[in-house]
Amino acid sequence: MIDKTVASCKEAVADVFDGATLMFGGFGDPGVPGRLIEALREQGASRLCVIHNGAGGDDFALGGLILDGRVRKLIASFPNSPRAWAFRDRYLKGEIELELIPQGTLVERIRAAGAGLGGFFTPTAFGTELAVGKETRIIDGREYVLEAPLHADFAFIKAHRGDRLGNLSYRGAMRNFNPVMATAGKVVIAEVDQLVPVGALSPEEIHTPGIFVDLLVEVERDPRLFELEPPKRRSAK
Amino acid sequence: MTLTRDGIAYRVALDLPEGSYVNLGIGIPILVTAYLPPDKEIFIHSENGLLGVGPMSLPGTEDPDFLNASKQFVTLVPGASLFDHALSFTMIRGGHITHSVIGAIEVAANGDLANWRVSGEKVPGVGGAMDLAFGVRNLYVAMNHVTNKGEPKILNHCTCPLTAPRCVRRIYTDMALIEVTPEGLLLREVARGLTAEAVQACTEAPLRVADDCREMTVPDEFKGVRLTA
Repeated sequence: MIDKTVASCKEAVADVFDGATLMFGGFGDPGVPGRLIEALREQGASRLCVIHNGAGGDDFALGGLILDGRVRKLIASFPNSPRAWAFRDRYLKGEIELELIPQGTLVERIRAAGAGLGGFFTPTAFGTELAVGKETRIIDGREYVLEAPLHADFAFIKAHRGDRLGNLSYRGAMRNFNPVMATAGKVVIAEVDQLVPVGALSPEEIHTPGIFVDLLVEVERDPRLFELEPPKRRSAK
Repeated sequence: MTLTRDGIAYRVALDLPEGSYVNLGIGIPILVTAYLPPDKEIFIHSENGLLGVGPMSLPGTEDPDFLNASKQFVTLVPGASLFDHALSFTMIRGGHITHSVIGAIEVAANGDLANWRVSGEKVPGVGGAMDLAFGVRNLYVAMNHVTNKGEPKILNHCTCPLTAPRCVRRIYTDMALIEVTPEGLLLREVARGLTAEAVQACTEAPLRVADDCREMTVPDEFKGVRLTA
């Protein structure tokens, strides 16, 4: 019998190693695998490269990992949200590297990796600062930039419901990067609000088929993801 | 008289046609949501995977899973759909989103847009701005006409790093509506009581005045919100 469930987030993230590249799903708070990332903070792996749309926020999840000095490099499109003060402090001190990518290019690079593609040509960023040094080509009279696939050792994703086979279903705006990242990590770990029996999810409501998922943990959401007002700013140590 | 931020959003909303699919950026653009003409079916897109975004959630009804890209709690309209980021940017880059309303730091006479990085800014961020600027045909800028220091934002050439070249179609400001044409900038409308000369005085790039240039039809107030100042 296939059973991808594990009992705890601690167990789910146990194999993350120093220097690993990780993808974290989520855009703003929806779809952030907050419990898995907090478990990784406890686990201790360091010199991490993280791929995420933003730079997290406050002393929590990715913001917390950065605050703890555990992230060597961030690959993101929007790392400058006001709540990402931990990133800002470390970046200005030269303690963290940033690869800035337009959002559509970021998700498509992840998609390319998951789909087994060697890259793609996009018009986005042609002739701008973000395309400097990149190969270009004119196709049917339009200018394009060559972009490479973006792989990861681990992808942490968040879904609303899942079953032991790894089938996942999302709610509202939780999908964002999650279904795409689920295709692009060597090890894909899903945090779900509810573990349901096989068959409880109808085939139509499975957004991420279980084939992409390696480990799955059911856990109540971190209450910090429900906050309507962000907590007051604190400075990095 | 000039338009408030809501006034600019109101004026933009008048120009969105029936059947349009519209992405609204952070700042003044997202305010457009409140002024969509009720007699037209217009679908608002949010790049985090929503098509058919409705009004903001009322206090007490916020659902943490329903946020727009401006991180506001929102509702969905009947016929709305939810999807992932790859499909969302397929809509943008593939030219399916018909209109993008976006903020700007600078716009040049040829339609060049600079809106992702102030020169010398410490922490850069680009988000979806470049994909929108390269992918959406009707790119409308909604912004104040001048900076906080009173300096022009509509220039002969952008000084900040470009988001995309020659992409802006129209510029909606607190003073005017300007169209970007192959022959340069065309002044189409001015705020009530302003002259074309007054608008030109706040604009570095030269403006041609349209033959049918007229005053904007924006009321002073809409549902208790000030639209003019």
